[in-house]
Amino acid sequence: MDFNLTFIGQSIAFFVFWWFCQRYVWPLFVNILEERRVKIADGLEAAARAMKDLELAQAKSTDQLKEAKVEAAGIIDLANKRGSQIVDEAKEQAKVEGKRIIAGAQAEIEQEVNRAKESLRAQVSAIAIAGAEKILEGSIDQAANEDMLNKLASEL
Amino acid sequence: MAELAETAHAVAEHSAEGQTVQEYIQHHLSFLTYGRNPLDGTWGIAHTPEEAADMGFWAVHVDTLGWSVVLGAAFLLFFRYVGKRATTDTPGGIQNFVESVFEFVEARVSEAFVHKNPLIGPLALTIFVWVLLMNTMDIIPVDWLTGLASLVGEYVFGLEHMSFKVVPTTDVNITMGMSVSIFALIIYYSIKMKGLGGFLAELAFHPFGKWMLPFNLIIEVPTLLAKPISLGLRLFGNLYAGELLFLLIASMLGAYQLPAHFLWAGFHLLVIPLQAFVFMMLTIVYLNAAHESHAH
Repeated sequence: MDFNLTFIGQSIAFFVFWWFCQRYVWPLFVNILEERRVKIADGLEAAARAMKDLELAQAKSTDQLKEAKVEAAGIIDLANKRGSQIVDEAKEQAKVEGKRIIAGAQAEIEQEVNRAKESLRAQVSAIAIAGAEKILEGSIDQAANEDMLNKLASEL
Repeated sequence: MAELAETAHAVAEHSAEGQTVQEYIQHHLSFLTYGRNPLDGTWGIAHTPEEAADMGFWAVHVDTLGWSVVLGAAFLLFFRYVGKRATTDTPGGIQNFVESVFEFVEARVSEAFVHKNPLIGPLALTIFVWVLLMNTMDIIPVDWLTGLASLVGEYVFGLEHMSFKVVPTTDVNITMGMSVSIFALIIYYSIKMKGLGGFLAELAFHPFGKWMLPFNLIIEVPTLLAKPISLGLRLFGNLYAGELLFLLIASMLGAYQLPAHFLWAGFHLLVIPLQAFVFMMLTIVYLNAAHESHAH
């Protein structure tokens, strides 16, 4: 239990170690912990900002969706209107076309009737002449009777 | 007690090495001493405890001071190595451990030390880890390093029964060396913060005012002097007692010593960090008080 130089030696060691620690050890950890603290703070801040951004984006997307829905409904309305318009137009056109076809057909029928009347008239006059020839048994001058026959034919 | 003494005698008489319990404990409690021989003035290693005692002041305990320096240097170099390689990303195992020690000490300092002094943190860290490591040497079974050193001493240096103490904090020179250094710091910071007059006034005019000056001195001076003494002796006493009990268990319980060692080591595992912590905390508290200036 005697005091000796060990006491002095330990005191010197104590001050040397203390000096070494404050010079070469302590600052390393102070710096590292401070750097990490800053890093974590930055990270948290970035995370908060990202959350806010996400919220904004979600709100924006909801708005856009709503707008798109309204727009789509408008487009559908317009399309429906246009569709019925086209149908109406087609109906109108079909009516006109129908009438035109009917008119054409009637004109043709009239023409046909006239043509038939014409040929019938010619044939009847021929038959009448032939009949008259037979009745008269003689040769009737065709030229002399032509006027009469024509008259007969036009009367038919 | 009589029974215990009887057992001690019985064990001592049947000791295989022919060493009595007293001799065994004596061997374990003396130091490997290098010093000046008072008779012829030459320097050398003491061959017997008596020779070591005769050297008086001019002697060094090579074993305890050596372990103290080795452990302190190992701690600082290890921490510096880890601190150099440390990253600010997720820390790995070793870095995590060292950082948690650092943060533990830093938290204690910021709790107990309210003034601004960037040197107190490093001081507390040095004291805590260094004392912890020195105390932890007590967990190493008492005969391992001492026995190894005895063999080395006998066969390499030709010293019979060479002593070799491995727990620096069981040497009062080591603990008092630190506590007196801290006492010097208390005085230094007291005078630096309060001025010499302020420091002396604190001793002379507290707690009862200037008309009770002698009385104040009688109270304050021993209080001041008691700080380093209690600080150093508390650490020394706890570790010395722990070591002594290990020695008693090792020398007197024969085959029953194993469970007894485990039991005492278990208790001692609590004492080791506790004493390191107490030493650090008291240092911080004392230096905090030294920074405090009282308005008159």
